[in-house]
Amino acid sequence: MTFVKDQNEMRKVYCTLLSESAKTDDRIVVLEADLMASNGTKDFFKNFPERAYNVGIAEANMIGVAAGLASCGKLPFANTFTAFATRRCYDQITISAAYTNLPLRVVGTDPGLAAEVNGGTHMSMEDVSIMRAMPNMAVFEPVDETQFRAAWDWIVSYEGPLYIRLFRKNTTKIFDEGYTFEPGKVSLVKDGADVVLFASGIMVAEALKAAEALEADGISAAVVNVHTLKPFDSEGVAAWLKKCGAAVTCENGTVLGGLGSAVAECAADNCPVPVKKIGVQDHFGEVGTLSYLQEKYHMTAKDIVEAAKAAIDMKK
Amino acid sequence: MISDACLQELNAKARDIRVLTLEMIGHAGKGHLGGAVSIADILSLLYFKRMNVKPEEPRWADRDRLVLSKGHAGTALYAALSLRGYFPREVCYTLNQNGTTLPSHVDMRKVPGADMTAGSLAQGFSAAVGMALAGKVDSKSYKVYTIVGDGESQEGQIWEAAMFAGNHGLDNLVAFTDWNGMQIDGTTDEVNSLNPLDGKWESFGWHVITVDGHDIVALDAALDEAETVKGKPTMILAKTLKGKGISFAEGKVSSHSMAYGLDEVAAEIAKM
Repeated sequence: MTFVKDQNEMRKVYCTLLSESAKTDDRIVVLEADLMASNGTKDFFKNFPERAYNVGIAEANMIGVAAGLASCGKLPFANTFTAFATRRCYDQITISAAYTNLPLRVVGTDPGLAAEVNGGTHMSMEDVSIMRAMPNMAVFEPVDETQFRAAWDWIVSYEGPLYIRLFRKNTTKIFDEGYTFEPGKVSLVKDGADVVLFASGIMVAEALKAAEALEADGISAAVVNVHTLKPFDSEGVAAWLKKCGAAVTCENGTVLGGLGSAVAECAADNCPVPVKKIGVQDHFGEVGTLSYLQEKYHMTAKDIVEAAKAAIDMKK
Repeated sequence: MISDACLQELNAKARDIRVLTLEMIGHAGKGHLGGAVSIADILSLLYFKRMNVKPEEPRWADRDRLVLSKGHAGTALYAALSLRGYFPREVCYTLNQNGTTLPSHVDMRKVPGADMTAGSLAQGFSAAVGMALAGKVDSKSYKVYTIVGDGESQEGQIWEAAMFAGNHGLDNLVAFTDWNGMQIDGTTDEVNSLNPLDGKWESFGWHVITVDGHDIVALDAALDEAETVKGKPTMILAKTLKGKGISFAEGKVSSHSMAYGLDEVAAEIAKM
């Protein structure tokens, strides 16, 4: 299997989608907290100056302003790095967005290890875990450009608060143009029977590489993308657990409370089978390239292969 | 300007808000009394003279809005909303009872007429700024009022929002500070002084008016003045007395949250 990078950076795709929608959807307003350039929304600011506001380095206020806008019928997209978008503003999002159930969008860029040389202070290992624990909040992580575009109509029409975890650079292409996005439903990437690899974000590509390696060893591995961590597709995940009887979760963040926990909870509730978790094993990040950190933290295809074999062994 | 008859009516409404607040907390057995009755005059003026609202249509898009950012004073807001016709008086007596629609801190999803949820301090103020911004984006003529506490103004988010509102010239936004000088652990000067509060707001680009927060004529004149100010939000620093109008609460730090029952309510009303 050959892997190719998507042609456009995700932040460029994001700005394009925002701009296209804003032409016909008066509700759309964009908020930044001094990361307009990093998040790729400069063109929106240029083209829609009356609907784009840079609040400065004041993320808490950005969320509150977004909530006020949303209460008046606007659809605000509040952008910043995931670390600031979630843990720094957790109470603001909890009370002003989720408790109020207002339709605002919090978009966090540079998830998990993707913060690379910004290092441990900027790495949100726990954002999925804490956002998933928040009532009313939906959590979505697009895996590539095709899926992001396919999900856009849902993103702008979803009635409650939504957190989007966005890798801002070029993603590995996973889905082809015929891909159909089903809100709240997992997406099958590759069929298989012996073990299922549940993956999100940048880890989908690693899971696919792992599935290829497993095939060479005579193991049939399915790859299933869990793009929406909440509402969680318990039915879809349980069906795959039943079919394969063993699972590995692959996520770019802590295994405490994120995708791994969600799948393990689903297994415990529906069909107890072995679940091995690949991700950040309860530690902070550090500066480094993505590939270096993935290797150091045992988050590569090789690690997934080992975990898959261990999970299959536990079936016996 | 305000006529004598109107003033008499607004003072009577302020008294009604205080009495109902006193009763509601008496029924509950305890609650945030001091900082609720200190804003009764402001609420009377807003809901019975200044604000353009439709109690029969609480979510009317063009209404004026009030965000009670000091959400723990919700009881006084509920009293005002009930007296204004948003919901029956009987509902008021369910304050903080199991299954109530009137929780101690303001909840926009439960309370008819409440424009924003508040309780985690300073968040309501940011939301009020967002509402004012929405009004500008949509070229609407509605006004946004908000009430913050002086203790609440120790929160950094207040100043994040103040800076943004000042820089964006949100002249459709009028804020009040309930400047009663007290917070849970003591006076604001003892805990972490806000002084000079007027200078702070001025330096953040706000038009600042300092008035007696229990003088409805002065408060009304301040709102008239705010209407003439273009390109700046207005902060009305309302000097108030915590527990105002309730003899056992007036001027007491402990009035922030007080326990008392219906006997005390009856005795207090007899004194009035």
